[in-house]
Amino acid sequence: MFIEPSNFKIMINTSNDAYWKENLKYLFVLLCIWFIVSFGFGILLVDTLNQIKIGGFKLGFWFAQQGSIYVFILLILIYVILMNRLDKKYNLNE
Amino acid sequence: MSVQLLTYVLVGITFALYIGIAIWSRAGSTKDFYVAGGGVSPLANGMATAADWMSAASFISMAGIISFSGYDGSVFLMGWTGGYVLLALLLAPYLRKFGKFTVPDFIGDRYYSKTARLVAVICALFVSFTYIAGQMRGVGVVFSRFLEVEVNTGVYVGMGIVLFYAVLGGMKGITYTQVAQYCVMIFAFMVPAIFISIQMTGNPVPQFGFGDRAHDGVYLLDKLDGLQQELGFHEYTSGSKSTLDVFLITAALMMGTAGLPHVIVRFFTVPKVKDARKSALYALIFIAILYTTAPAIAVFARTNLIETVSGKSYSDMPEWFTKWEKTGLLSFEDKNNDGNIQYLADASKNELTIDRDIMVLANPEIARLPNWVVALVAAGGMAAALSTAAGLLLVISSSISHDLLKKMVMPQITEKQELWAARASSFMAVCVAGYFGIHPPGFVASVVALAFGLAAASFFPAIVLGIFSKRINKEGAISGMIIGLGITLYYIARFKLNWIGSVATSGKENWWFGISPEGFGTVGMFMNFIVAIVVSKFTKQPPQEIVDIVENVRIPKGAGQAQTH
Repeated sequence: MFIEPSNFKIMINTSNDAYWKENLKYLFVLLCIWFIVSFGFGILLVDTLNQIKIGGFKLGFWFAQQGSIYVFILLILIYVILMNRLDKKYNLNE
Repeated sequence: MSVQLLTYVLVGITFALYIGIAIWSRAGSTKDFYVAGGGVSPLANGMATAADWMSAASFISMAGIISFSGYDGSVFLMGWTGGYVLLALLLAPYLRKFGKFTVPDFIGDRYYSKTARLVAVICALFVSFTYIAGQMRGVGVVFSRFLEVEVNTGVYVGMGIVLFYAVLGGMKGITYTQVAQYCVMIFAFMVPAIFISIQMTGNPVPQFGFGDRAHDGVYLLDKLDGLQQELGFHEYTSGSKSTLDVFLITAALMMGTAGLPHVIVRFFTVPKVKDARKSALYALIFIAILYTTAPAIAVFARTNLIETVSGKSYSDMPEWFTKWEKTGLLSFEDKNNDGNIQYLADASKNELTIDRDIMVLANPEIARLPNWVVALVAAGGMAAALSTAAGLLLVISSSISHDLLKKMVMPQITEKQELWAARASSFMAVCVAGYFGIHPPGFVASVVALAFGLAAASFFPAIVLGIFSKRINKEGAISGMIIGLGITLYYIARFKLNWIGSVATSGKENWWFGISPEGFGTVGMFMNFIVAIVVSKFTKQPPQEIVDIVENVRIPKGAGQAQTH
């Protein structure tokens, strides 16, 4: 089917917008987790979590010095996977 | 072999390796020089980013700081790793797609303004220079302690090496040397940590070891909490800073990490947007190996130190004690003349002063590890300082030759001339850095930590808004950067450096809302965001071609073409 060049451009733009919206949704969820494990568990809730002990670690202290870092790695890993999939879905991968 | 001879051999071998790599990877074009030709694999780039990132401060000082401050030290652990999440999610892929050479390139183009570019160049130079002086000093300290030469001689040797491979190879030379330096550094950090973990808890993984039981069956952390309290220090696993301050300092370090030009520029070196994301992942994994080990070393070193010295007779002290006494970084004053060392929180009774920077370097000796491990730590510290110095050097030279000369002063120079200008400016930058290393201005040490606050208050909002908002215009961005940077600088000058106002009123009790100068960058950052958004709302929209740039940056496809300059 023949598509007018101007329509074609609009089609690309709407698909790019949809791509961007999905991207923003991912970012929002991942950054919420980022905030909760570091600022939440490691700082604001540290005293409460320190009541719980796992092995020799108080939980709040563990999150501040170990746990948050492991979660950060996982977050970027999940982001890489999600975005690679999204790129393919919108045919934007190289 | 003696420790000194072994150190000479190990440091010599690693230096030869770095020089060899530099010759093999010479830069032929400005693109090679600034962004390594844009062809570095994500894995290699991740490793290089990690080496670039982990400075003498991470390698030598961080575990020591945690060791003395316990939970409060968490701000560095979370701040300097959490920033990579922001970098990976909010900046790296888009800046890679944008596909230029430097951070001021992005600011200048996105905000269609030479003023914006100039503000960005000044920020970049300021942040990088304060940072690099500290690295040169680090090289000097390692040299002086382990090779027993003067600190200044150490700085000269360090300058010579960095100069050689940074001037010759540019980003390309630096990237591949950093890969080698990462390997040296991480090996040197892990080996003693694993040894000591086995020694103290029987667990070979330091990350688990410090939560394990010591040989007397008590959990190591409980034991340390007890020891600390006995001597009058605060409990190791809880903090002494206010929650608000810990929150703000962590935030400033995170946003600062994501706003540091020498880190951001690393993501310009990979071929595709996809690679930039992957590269951030690798970088954080490589960084996390050191950052999750550091708190373990801190606990081991602290416990070992207290058990070795506290209440023991001065004449029974092992060899390392007297060796470090000679450097002046450790001193003992027998206040009650009983011949024993009283190590206490109470300053009037305490007899032992220890510079926290020696903890990592002295740790293998305190734990009586073999000589080659001690020598290895020296080579590792050197790798950490050199790799960061080189990365910073590149930002400085590209700011001068590319952002100032090519883009603002003399746009007509050819690529070849620009390449020589880049080399000349990195030569000058090394000399200036060396000068600061030899004659450190008193404020350098404190300003290095503050460089993060400044980066957070200036670059981070400007870049994030530039990508995520089409409405932010040059008026907004420039006023935001100036206000954010200005207020943060003012607060630091007022309460940290005592340049403004009287010293008598710069104490903790006068801090605004109890916010420390280290944490104030977060406040500056919020101000920047608010000012930029409000000013943009009341001034005219950015032109259509800028909106097109933003739309283009958001879409990963086509990064290869966008790269050509």
